[in-house]
Amino acid sequence: MLEACGLTCSKRDRTLFEGLSLVVNTGELLYLRGPNGAGKTSLLRILTGLSAPDAGTVLHNGRDISVDKSGYYRDLFYLGHKSGTNGSLSALDNLSFWLAQHKVSVDVNVLYDVLEKVGLVGLEDIPVRYLSAGQQRRVALSRLWLKPAKVWILDEPFTALDVKGVHMLESSMKDHVAKGGLIVTTSHQPLSETAGKHCVFDLEYRF
Amino acid sequence: MSLYHGIFKRDMQIAFKQKAELVQPLMFLLMVVTLFPLGVSPSPDTLQRIGPGVIWIAAILSSLMAMERLFRDDFQDGSLEQYILSGMALPAVSAVKVAAHWLVSFVPLLLLSPLLAVFLNLTVDMYIALVLTLLLGTPLLSLIGAIAVGLTVGLQKGGVLLALLLIPVFIPLLIFATSAVDSAALQLPYHAQLAIIAAMLLLATALAPFAIAYSLKVSQN
Repeated sequence: MLEACGLTCSKRDRTLFEGLSLVVNTGELLYLRGPNGAGKTSLLRILTGLSAPDAGTVLHNGRDISVDKSGYYRDLFYLGHKSGTNGSLSALDNLSFWLAQHKVSVDVNVLYDVLEKVGLVGLEDIPVRYLSAGQQRRVALSRLWLKPAKVWILDEPFTALDVKGVHMLESSMKDHVAKGGLIVTTSHQPLSETAGKHCVFDLEYRF
Repeated sequence: MSLYHGIFKRDMQIAFKQKAELVQPLMFLLMVVTLFPLGVSPSPDTLQRIGPGVIWIAAILSSLMAMERLFRDDFQDGSLEQYILSGMALPAVSAVKVAAHWLVSFVPLLLLSPLLAVFLNLTVDMYIALVLTLLLGTPLLSLIGAIAVGLTVGLQKGGVLLALLLIPVFIPLLIFATSAVDSAALQLPYHAQLAIIAAMLLLATALAPFAIAYSLKVSQN
């Protein structure tokens, strides 16, 4: 369960949100909506613990994430606007490094299975820089199926993905929720039926 | 442990894939040093007198060029976020990255130093002193520089700010390093200067990784 209590965040003298509270239970998908500049990314970064809120706390299973960081991070998968892949390294190098970094041991065959699933077989040895934007996004997303994390926090995961990619991601979101996972995501396109049931949280632009 | 080894390996791999960025600071250093005889005076005595200072100033300036590479790519492509979210000890990660950075940007400089010494007519004693000060001083440049890089990595055009932040901090190092080589030229002992540089290096090795980790966290906000 992920819980935010009384979060306040201001950027450059503008209050993005004040006293914001939300609860996401396991088996729930929270779809965060709001215009550009409303603070969706800021909120997600606070939920991951990457930035600190001006006030308020984030609780994961009742424990403050700023206290029990390593426990939370074991259970967390975060994908931001930046893909977290180095352009000079190949998809395979990037993924194996990331897996080692996150202490996930995965068999090479599983790795290839996932690469096949995201349609990158044959491209795994090419420096990521030379792949298209959508393919780079797929490299970043393939971690979703490699790290057994309960909490997914996805910031605009559909950016640059084609229709098939969006469909694949939505159906794995549905699977993840059905298996007792928890997802917080933002997107400017509405989620389709494939993503399953979800709650919507609206963030408003404040002046 | 193997985790940190993995970071080291990755950083080396990336560095050797971006060869141009590795060679650039070295070329800059070489050019600055070769311009001095043309600009100041080609007389061997003058060159010997200004030599240590020239090499050290060129080393500091060229290190500023190479410094930004340390965290810039990781910040821009989001790898830094993933480092933080992996739950690894960020001070240890920073220490490993600084070590890898020192190896690829300063060890070539050390290898190049005999050539520079010949250019500037340094005696063997002076050269030995120069290499010792470079060996102790350049890791210090990397460690202190990394703190400033961590602080400025989130800014656009942080390069100028980086130089403004760092050059004043490097002045004591420059003074002690060149004074050690000057002492060597006069056949005087220079243990004191080396000891002070070594003390600065030890202090930086102990504390800088924590400062780097903190500055990287701050720049995520």
